[in-house]
Amino acid sequence: MSEMPWYNKGLFSSLNLRQKTLLTIGLTALVLFIVFISGMMIDANLPTNFSIKMQGPSFEHIFGTDWMGRDMFIRTIKGLSLSIVIGLGASIISSIIATILAFIASFNKYCDTFVSWLIDLFASIPHILLIMMISIGLGKGAFGVIMAVAFSHWVNLTRVLRAEVLQIKTSEYVALSSKFGRSKLWIAKEHILPLVLSQIFVGTLLVFPHAIMHESSVTFLGFGLSPHEPAIGIILSESMSYLAMGAWWLAFFPGASLLIVVLLFDIIGDNLKRLFDPSEANN
Amino acid sequence: MNLKANNISFSYNKKREILKDVSLSLNSNQIIGLIGDSGSGKSTLCKILAGYITNYDGDVTIDGKKIPDKDFYPVQLIFQHPEKTMNPKWKMEKVLTESWNPPQNLKDMFGLKDNWLTRWPNELSGGELQRFSILRALNPKTKFIIADEISTMLDALTQVQIWEALINYSKANNIGILAVSHDIELLEVLCDDILHFEDINNL
Ligand SMILES: Nc1ncnc2c1ncn2[C@@H]1O[C@H](COP(=O)(O)OP(=O)(O)O)[C@@H](O)[C@H]1O
Ligand SMILES: [Mg+2]
Repeated sequence: MSEMPWYNKGLFSSLNLRQKTLLTIGLTALVLFIVFISGMMIDANLPTNFSIKMQGPSFEHIFGTDWMGRDMFIRTIKGLSLSIVIGLGASIISSIIATILAFIASFNKYCDTFVSWLIDLFASIPHILLIMMISIGLGKGAFGVIMAVAFSHWVNLTRVLRAEVLQIKTSEYVALSSKFGRSKLWIAKEHILPLVLSQIFVGTLLVFPHAIMHESSVTFLGFGLSPHEPAIGIILSESMSYLAMGAWWLAFFPGASLLIVVLLFDIIGDNLKRLFDPSEANN
Repeated sequence: MNLKANNISFSYNKKREILKDVSLSLNSNQIIGLIGDSGSGKSTLCKILAGYITNYDGDVTIDGKKIPDKDFYPVQLIFQHPEKTMNPKWKMEKVLTESWNPPQNLKDMFGLKDNWLTRWPNELSGGELQRFSILRALNPKTKFIIADEISTMLDALTQVQIWEALINYSKANNIGILAVSHDIELLEVLCDDILHFEDINNL
């Protein structure tokens, strides 16, 4: 049994581990969902009001205002929801790629060698470089960024899935299953898929924080989203010009919010992993 | 029926031969014991008899015919470690019925409790799991059972109960048993005849 994470300790001590894990997942998902939905309902063209430009945090504008007098809290929520959409798109596509490649690798030795080679190749290129190249190649923008992040983040999950499938395929219970007269298709469906599905699900969630961070950093560097797509990366890169003037809140709050969202996704991924691991979940 | 292994030779790699010209014969009404040093290749021979290893020299036949591999395999191997032969994410009910649905009286004979069926494999002891492995192997299509150290991990009482039930069922249903063990006293009680692995392996 591994150590409980800090956010599970002491809290709700009357619940059992499984219930606590579910509660943590539920609450975290709810927070993210609220951020996402409220962001979606905000019009990207926020009202400008130059009479209140460049104000620090106050009760009226808790994250302050920018150089056009736009409320930074609203911009941050909008930015986060865009980041979540892009992160979600990238995670799902990268998981699809990983699943297909792991499936191909399980056909025979040659396919496996090919997939391993592909994994090594992509793993040897630094993520950020790969993302920039793909993003530029696909004309930047949301589509370019989603594809770039997806095509650079399938490696880990593919490795995990390939190893998992291999282990299950060579297990005694699969060998026995075929001696009970079960077909290859039945074995794939009943033995392999359920074990791998939870891995895919958790893998997708664990890619999410990376996807959001990378999306923001390529955008920040100018190789990602355009200023018309005001995700957190754009907000951060714009704020850089004002940082020297002492407008720290323009970078601090959006940056901190981004980190919190990333952390929340990490918590969900971690807890799901805990939930799906039968040796731990059954306690 | 008669299960025959003819001149089986096998090695996992070029470095070391494990089996050389091993032959043995087992009738449906027989319980034959096989005893030998650990690491000598008994489990390897078991896997060949039960169709788990196929790239060996020689042949394994039932009544002189090759054993078809597509359907339920008539020679069923019961492993020493039952937990490895069960999908960790399946409840015991599914683990059992993957082979067949044994009648209640047979479950009772092996002391299988109904509430075990809704548990996961890691919630049962080795002895409890081994009862499931044996029941799975007693599918009506089974003609021979290879029992590879199946009671090594069990306490004496469980060992007696399991063997008694297994032998009763096999006698009644004309199933031949090859019982592998390093416990000569156990084999002397159970078996009609005892083979020494060193004698049949011509290394
Ligand atoms: N999958 C394998 N690959 C390579 N060598 C193996 C494998 N399985 C067993 N061996 C080796 O073959 C020999 C015989 O093993 P085994 O048949 O398990 O012996 P026994 O059941 O009599 O103890 C041992 O030396 C063992 O190390
Ligand atoms: Mg052995």
